Amino acid sequence: MSINDLFHNGLKPVNLGLDMFADDLKAQGVDPVLMEWTPPGGGDPEVIAALSRLEDPANASKIDAANQVALDRILSAQPFLEGFGQAIDTVPGMTAKTILHAGPPIEFPRMSGPMKGAVTGALVFEGLAKNVDEAFELAASGEITFSPCHEHQSVGSMAGVTSASMWVHQVTNRTHGNTAYTNLSEQLSKILRFGANDQSVIDRLNWMRDVLGPVLAGAMALNTDGIDLRLMLSQALHMGDEAHNRNVAGTTLLIQALAPYILESDFTTKDKREVFDFVASSDYFSGPTWMVAAKASMDAANGVENSTVVTTMARNGVDFGIRVSGTGNQWFTGPAQQVVGPMFAGYTEADSGLDMGDSAITETFGIGGFAMAAAPAIVALVGGTVADAMNYSRTMNAITTGNNPNITIPALDFMGVPSGIDVRKVMETGILPIINTAIAHKDPGIGMIGAGITHPPVEAFQQALRALADGIAI
Amino acid sequence: MTRHIEIRKNSYLDSVSLMSMSTKANAVDGVTLALLGMATPMNKEVLLNVGVSDPAVDAAKPSDLMVVIDATDDTIGAAIEAVNDILARKNKGSGDAAEVRYRTLDGAFSEVADTNLVIISVNGAFAAREARKALNAGKHVMIFSDNVSVEDELALKTLAHEKGLLVMGPDCGTAIINGVGLAFANAVRRGNIGIVGASGTGSQELSVRIHDFGGGVSQLLGTGGRDLSAEIGGISMIDSIRALDADPETAVIVIVSKPPAEEVADKVLAVAGAASKPVIVNFLGSQRTESGYANVTMTSGTKPAAVAAVLAAGIDKSTLDLHALNIPLIEEVRAKLVPEQKYIRGLFCGGTLCDESMFAALDKYDNVYSNIQKDPQYKIGATDPSREHTFLDMGDDDFTNGRPHPMIDPTMRLQRLAQEANDPEVGVIAMDFIVGFGSHDDPVGVTIPAITEAKAKAAARGQHLEILGYVLGTDLDTPAVADQIAMLEAAGVTISSSSTNLGLLAREFVAKGDN
Repeated sequence: MSINDLFHNGLKPVNLGLDMFADDLKAQGVDPVLMEWTPPGGGDPEVIAALSRLEDPANASKIDAANQVALDRILSAQPFLEGFGQAIDTVPGMTAKTILHAGPPIEFPRMSGPMKGAVTGALVFEGLAKNVDEAFELAASGEITFSPCHEHQSVGSMAGVTSASMWVHQVTNRTHGNTAYTNLSEQLSKILRFGANDQSVIDRLNWMRDVLGPVLAGAMALNTDGIDLRLMLSQALHMGDEAHNRNVAGTTLLIQALAPYILESDFTTKDKREVFDFVASSDYFSGPTWMVAAKASMDAANGVENSTVVTTMARNGVDFGIRVSGTGNQWFTGPAQQVVGPMFAGYTEADSGLDMGDSAITETFGIGGFAMAAAPAIVALVGGTVADAMNYSRTMNAITTGNNPNITIPALDFMGVPSGIDVRKVMETGILPIINTAIAHKDPGIGMIGAGITHPPVEAFQQALRALADGIAI
Repeated sequence: MTRHIEIRKNSYLDSVSLMSMSTKANAVDGVTLALLGMATPMNKEVLLNVGVSDPAVDAAKPSDLMVVIDATDDTIGAAIEAVNDILARKNKGSGDAAEVRYRTLDGAFSEVADTNLVIISVNGAFAAREARKALNAGKHVMIFSDNVSVEDELALKTLAHEKGLLVMGPDCGTAIINGVGLAFANAVRRGNIGIVGASGTGSQELSVRIHDFGGGVSQLLGTGGRDLSAEIGGISMIDSIRALDADPETAVIVIVSKPPAEEVADKVLAVAGAASKPVIVNFLGSQRTESGYANVTMTSGTKPAAVAAVLAAGIDKSTLDLHALNIPLIEEVRAKLVPEQKYIRGLFCGGTLCDESMFAALDKYDNVYSNIQKDPQYKIGATDPSREHTFLDMGDDDFTNGRPHPMIDPTMRLQRLAQEANDPEVGVIAMDFIVGFGSHDDPVGVTIPAITEAKAKAAARGQHLEILGYVLGTDLDTPAVADQIAMLEAAGVTISSSSTNLGLLAREFVAKGDN
């Protein structure tokens, strides 16, 4: 390379910065390459320094190799639904007085309105408190152990509140041998996970404990093969789901697979009929199933030394936390964000609680917002056009390590869903992961009021990047 | 009065766009204050200074966009809407399917194979990192951004040198590569004279003078103003001289710089002396008159440098219109000024143009003040009032901090012009007008009302205020120099034919008696 090469070859400039320079170049007959640039690291000098350290060729090659290992684990995971059990019998570390919740760790006083509503409702449901008032006292008393679902091989949608007698999915990643858990869908709207806790909510939870859980468990006890969730998820995406906010196809496929075993089980026809009616009452029935499938896959990718791949994104309604493969179980947090999208009639943005739930495990895995292009039916959530939805999925390629060949998007020429969010790329490009999610009312006891899209806070990625840079320097 | 404060998380717009948007937003009906800016500590301070304090602003991060609008109660709604429209314009054109934009340089390089130069004009805090990426990918770099540290500059230039690549800048405002003007540049004829400039407007002036004398430019390479400092050691200057020496299309090399560090000057002159081609050197304000090398000619100003270059390039001296100083004009202006009108005020967009005029005045007067004076006794700040002879480089950091360069937005200079016109001791106000790529599209037009007003103010106190203008540009530029000059002349402005003459004329206009 020499400076004189520049004089003899045609000038082909990249214009990084002021557009007026590009306009002048065009006026002179030169076609500049244009940039849509934002300051890396959210503009934080320390983060930029950390980014530069990770970019050092020796470090970069170590990280790239580690990320490939993490990605391979995500892509090769085979989550199978093996059965259903009660949390107390299955979830590691569960006790009668433990309440698991969504997101990173949080003490009861700091919890958001809807999460407090869910916690107190669960205490009433478990018979630990006679009513919600008493439950508030108990929750604040220190007698109850609060712990993130994610620290118990579990995920929980919205408030994620999981108590001892709730029934959970048991999903095993047959490639890597790890198991993950999540509770059952209460279907939509005025439900515990959105912070509602009146008698109708408790009644439903009782029925789920006494009928739904046992029927599903009984059915799966008859299905000795288990259900290949990755295959089913892949089909669901081809049928127009993105498997976070649209689960029409996935729910149909799942109940179709369960139905023969439910029929074959010894429960009464009335019970079976109630189960089918319950499933039919909301498309969301399979929502938790895809979450736990994603969790079983992502847990396998955790703990790869030097890897900058994100393995958890989870929110508790106050903080948004991420965990990264190379830093294991350490949480990096920032403030949970507003979710922007259509609201149910009568509610406004002022009513909405902040982003909440472990459901962003779907985006961490590569579905949900990342697979928006598979679900043109719900582009209203992103407030835009089908082209916008296509763009969301394509854009995520810029911050991920690779694409999942097993789960593809037909409208993008069967592009695999973007997988393995790389903290470095998020900080370099300024593109934050996109998350499709539901909106809970900010106050306890009300429930779901809308759905839309949101992003993690920049701060969580900044912290993670600094920790990764510190870690690799050793 | 209602105040609207909105923080848009993770929304980035560059500061120049935001400043122009702020200007538009301030013009919206009913708006008494509009400020659009990234939530940097500096912008937060700006808000505090105008009395805006708000917890949302305090909590905002540098990656967040702050929108602050004060408007009357009945107009606030419409004002917010209007400001939203202004902000939305960022995406103008990006809906066009043909326009592809890349988020990262690596992305751009991998998608477009044949790129060879990256022009970087992002905030200086981020420029070095992007430049390093470009160099590591084998691309030449022009860094328009300023506020890049000396350490980064040295590291980048060392890396570029090792790789055989060119780094122009940081703070490089101009270049012409293969006939294409980059950033602030003028449309000049192609020819056999290669220019290497450590001063942006100095390089522009040279290229324009060469064009005016019938010569042409093969390449114009910028190095950034610090290249010839002891710390950097002239890395880009030396590599550029060698490249032009090896370039078959270049017959003569001209170099222009503010005074370099002595040891760097020696080094650069030695490289020039080893070249196979004539090298014309203009170290502005330097006392050196001899280079010590047969092929290296030292000159005293941009115009003498251009003359020497075109002569060396083979242009017949008899064809040159040298624009010698107009002595009758000087006599005529002197006669119009009253004895108390002793001083020059220079209001400049171009740093080198300011330098050149200031050095001309310094040859004759001691009491010359400037924001770019090296002597602390004569140094004044941007907010200080002018004293005696004052030359202001209004494109310097202390004026531009957080504001657009006067070559783009002349507002600041218009205000200063009005101030200077109030001083009965001022005889001459000297101003440059720079046209061409990058510059304001009618720098004279926006200044005429202020000039007329300034002259009227002086006339009201019975004085003639001499306004001396120089338009830097060529007949090929848009707008054409001739049109700009005609407008100035119609407003009673005296026209100088070059930067060099601008300084000399201003100096002579205010000379009294025996001087």
